[in-house]
Amino acid sequence: MITLLKKELREQWRTYRFLIVVAILLVFGLASPLIARYVPDIIRSIGGIEGLEQIIPTPTTADAIDQYLKNCAQFGVILALLVPMGAIVGEKDRGTAAMVLSKPVSRAAFLLAKFVVAALVFLIGILLAALGAYYYTGVLFEWLDVGQFALLNLLFWLNLLVYLALTIFASTLARSMVAAGGIGFGLFMLMWIVGIIPQVGKYLPDALQGWGVQLVLGGTGDPAWGAVGVSLGLIVAALVGAVVVFRRQEI
Amino acid sequence: MDAIRTEGLHKHFGPVHALDGLDITVTPGTVFGFLGPNGAGKTTTLRILTGLAQATAGRAWIMGQEVGKGETRQHFGYLPDVPAYYGWMNAREYLVDFVAPLFGLRPADARKRADELLAMAGLVDDAKRRIRGYSRGMRQRLGIAQALMHRPSLLLLDEPVSALDPLGRHEVLEFIAGLRGQVTIFMSTHILNDVERVCDTVGILAKGRLIIQAGREELLERYAQPVVEVDFDAGLDDVAAWADSVAGHPLLSGASVQGRVVHLAVSDAKEAKENLLTLVAQAGLPVQRYQWVRPSLEDIFLRLVEQ
Repeated sequence: MITLLKKELREQWRTYRFLIVVAILLVFGLASPLIARYVPDIIRSIGGIEGLEQIIPTPTTADAIDQYLKNCAQFGVILALLVPMGAIVGEKDRGTAAMVLSKPVSRAAFLLAKFVVAALVFLIGILLAALGAYYYTGVLFEWLDVGQFALLNLLFWLNLLVYLALTIFASTLARSMVAAGGIGFGLFMLMWIVGIIPQVGKYLPDALQGWGVQLVLGGTGDPAWGAVGVSLGLIVAALVGAVVVFRRQEI
Repeated sequence: MDAIRTEGLHKHFGPVHALDGLDITVTPGTVFGFLGPNGAGKTTTLRILTGLAQATAGRAWIMGQEVGKGETRQHFGYLPDVPAYYGWMNAREYLVDFVAPLFGLRPADARKRADELLAMAGLVDDAKRRIRGYSRGMRQRLGIAQALMHRPSLLLLDEPVSALDPLGRHEVLEFIAGLRGQVTIFMSTHILNDVERVCDTVGILAKGRLIIQAGREELLERYAQPVVEVDFDAGLDDVAAWADSVAGHPLLSGASVQGRVVHLAVSDAKEAKENLLTLVAQAGLPVQRYQWVRPSLEDIFLRLVEQ
């Protein structure tokens, strides 16, 4: 397992996937508080529109956090669908899986190493993005509670792990990378559509972001423990399902 | 203990029976040529032996250990027909940092073994180049090196030279021939010349069944049908007409023509040695070469597969 983890880490680094994920998340982490703070000023500075200054509200800490989370979530989900979509099907297609699995390597270890390393890459990306967002939010708005902000990011990471696990499951089922991406995106859309129903949505992974924001802003809303449970359940189910399917497959 | 043994191995893909009751035994120390036309079931057999595919029915053993029951992968090294690597790695790190730890080799042993194998494979100068830039021959030689990394007692090679140019084939076959005596080799191929060059035992597979298994020399002896080649220095039409005229002669079981060369299949070697030259002389055509030739494995293979 250690050898496979090392190989996955090297692969993420040498194929620039690590840099791409970290750079994109970091850029949005740094830029979001700046956008929240200065975009209203820029719009206000556009002359010639009567009453514009009254319409544009004064930016707040909540706007900065909202901007940070929306940007990172949007691109984070896209990355969580794109990065692992070739994890299994790509290796089977290229023939590298046959080279590895004809050696004393369990299929579960082969698959789980991919998830663990992808999860680590996203954790580092979110960590750096969070540091940037924390600093600029503090400088431009107010200094946030470190513990609560860390919790928000941890919940956001858990949210992305669901998409990573589902995409790896899709990559195990599919016969091409495009199909894997399609299945992953389909599952994402399904959760998004089902999440529109408030009674259901509060138990789905995306509800973790709302809970995180509440924690940072000192809100009094209900904790989304249900969403935490569902997210963990989905991750475990997707990975166990992927291992079961992968073990039965012919390489 | 046999290096490989299979009993009634079946593999069905829907209505297609890729393997139809394959029974095979490979004795340790041999270089076994697993011959068969395309689609005969060679790759399927290897994929079942390596655990990459499951048999529909039947059983297989590697070094006495049943495939699918316990870990057999320590015992063999495998080279698929098109070996694929992580192109961002170089050959040395692929062997030392990736393959060796998967077999539990210690780092110092791994480095030493990799140096030996890279030298054997002629890849020392390219060991730190990314594999992405390797030629097919280099990939194939690296494939054999990675299969030998953990000093297995059995090497499973699937069509190791079929995708290579003549130079690449020569290099890889030399590499394989150099392993004789060190490891049991089970090599699938449809190229008969390669089997004649490196294998000492031959199994011929057709339609998912083993139709014969024997030592190469034994096979050549058993199915030997003497042939005389006569190379005429005459017009093509004259040569073809003469071949037609003698095809039914009691000394011969057949005659075929390739350009100006006539292949005479002899029915009775002793009698032919006494009288065939006279028959050829009676043709009245200038003769450049008259030669008794040994039947090739290709002749035997074609005859057996056609049966």
